[in-house]
Amino acid sequence: MPPGTKVFDFGWVVGHLGSVGERIVQHLQLSILPLILGIVISLVLAVWAVRQHRVYAPITAITGLLYTIPSLAAFALLLPITGLTLITALIPLTTYTLLILFRSFAAGFTSVPAEILEAAEGMGYTRRQRLFRVELPLAVPLMIAGIRLASVTTIGLATVASVLGGDTFGGLGQLITEGIQTFFPTKYLLGAALSVLLAFSADFLFVRFERLITPWAHARVGAG
Amino acid sequence: MVDQHRQAAVVEFEHVTKRYDAPAARDKGKPTPGAVNDLSLTVPAGKICILVGPSGCGKTTSLKMVNRLIEPTAGKILIDGVDASTRELTDLRRSIGYVIQQVGLFPHQTIGDNVATVPRLLGWPKARLNERAEELLALVGLDPAKYRDRFPSQLSGGERQRVGVARALAADPPIMLMDEPFGAVDPIVRDRLQNEFLRLQETIAKTILFVTHDIDEAIKMGDLVAVFQTGGILAQFGRPLDILAAPASEFVARFVGQDRGLKRLSLLRISDVPLRPAVTARPGDNAADARRRALDDPLRYLLLIDHGNKPIGWIAHGDIPAEGGLSESLANPSSPILNKRTTLKDALSMMLDADVQTGIVVDRTGAVQGLLSIDTIADKMREGEHAATFDQVPPPDPEIGEPDPADDPGATPDAVEVRA
Repeated sequence: MPPGTKVFDFGWVVGHLGSVGERIVQHLQLSILPLILGIVISLVLAVWAVRQHRVYAPITAITGLLYTIPSLAAFALLLPITGLTLITALIPLTTYTLLILFRSFAAGFTSVPAEILEAAEGMGYTRRQRLFRVELPLAVPLMIAGIRLASVTTIGLATVASVLGGDTFGGLGQLITEGIQTFFPTKYLLGAALSVLLAFSADFLFVRFERLITPWAHARVGAG
Repeated sequence: MVDQHRQAAVVEFEHVTKRYDAPAARDKGKPTPGAVNDLSLTVPAGKICILVGPSGCGKTTSLKMVNRLIEPTAGKILIDGVDASTRELTDLRRSIGYVIQQVGLFPHQTIGDNVATVPRLLGWPKARLNERAEELLALVGLDPAKYRDRFPSQLSGGERQRVGVARALAADPPIMLMDEPFGAVDPIVRDRLQNEFLRLQETIAKTILFVTHDIDEAIKMGDLVAVFQTGGILAQFGRPLDILAAPASEFVARFVGQDRGLKRLSLLRISDVPLRPAVTARPGDNAADARRRALDDPLRYLLLIDHGNKPIGWIAHGDIPAEGGLSESLANPSSPILNKRTTLKDALSMMLDADVQTGIVVDRTGAVQGLLSIDTIADKMREGEHAATFDQVPPPDPEIGEPDPADDPGATPDAVEVRA
């Protein structure tokens, strides 16, 4: 660090709000897209596993295997195939969510008490009605617990991806790379702080969201 | 009172059999449903039929074959003459009320939404759903304004069970299936729910199939009782009184219990037995005349009554003065006052506690109608024992002796009536 430079230059931040904002938006895109893909894939897998118990173990094994691949290695392995494109980032980021999401979704579905399923069936719900109107709503608390974990992980890994991907990916990781390369601490500290803040915010938002859509799970027992 | 269509359907089991293969290795340890063996019975419209028996006897399996949660291996179930297996599955289930022991309310829906479940599946307009939910909550004794917007977790076990019944009634189904509906609540709440349900049934008059393992509940709730034995065999089917009076096999006799005479008494009311005339007198009446009349009566007690014919108390014949008038101070008031609706079991219990073990039966104004003696109750109990060929109880106590038909002229025709 050249002598005389400040550790953190607020003036620079104020002067570059636009480009910093752009990095935040890129980072969100880099995180949200894999999360949505992960949720859709895991939901399908979880419904399948709840209907057919024998596929649960193989799905857990495969998603677990994908989860163990080190993130840097995954990006490196994909580079020769997909090149330096957004897809190279999206594929590993998505697969990393699957283990957490699949397991929490499956746990959510199996947490629905048998007598509730029987009551629904006995009253004449079709299978689809029962899935969407009974099983899914009751699985939501455990599902959101998984989504919180997956979102924090993905926001963290998206930082790694954007360190690698340069301008192609964008994101907060780029602030960190550029800050380090130009010996400008303000930039890399800002990048790091914003990633952490983003992860915290996502977690907080999902907590609020869960309380909002599951008032029944928080209704006071015996309330007047 | 809510306007309920008094519609009900006939449910017929025709040689219904359900067999299960040996459970797969991974299902070992799970409770396996009981098989059912060639079940034929008819539940008339508007009656409560109790399916009772030990666990694994196929009673729940039989129930679930009606709404096809379980499909029979062989045989047919007819609802108003239509084979249930030909009906569209969800359509069939939406036309049958279903109540289970654990209630199974949807925790994520309000009480109002829970109650409106089946009408919502049937596509009723929203305004009608709310209206119907409120009607039904009121019907089962829950204040709609207070309960409608609560969640199931905010209710007590008894309240949840009532909501379960309301939900089953929502689309006004002609049939209700109830699987140990009051099994998960404590005995006091259970008794109250049973009484409430019997009162409700007087209004709604549904055809009800009701599973329990509790013979006392079966006797109390059932118009008809089907006793199942292990292996899914129907051991006996009939009115509770008839089953108690004449168990069809040793198994049924053991299942209904050795106290079935007493159980019969809980089903019989004073209106079912003949009363003895009382020897009565009023204060101020001639004592000598009253004494003579009391001595002529086998009971040898005089019942002092007031001018409204209300009982004042007993005077033993030895306490009646030889001359002069009767006075109220002579009367000993201790004797149970009964009415025609009192069960014989309650009457007996009260009479055993009293000084004079004779019940005074009064009408609604409190006027004496006649007397109930312990002998009359004993005769009624013995009617059941005449048929007790499967009992393992010791022979009747010789002290009690054989009933003398001449003792109570009403006993014989009544006995014929009960067996008929």
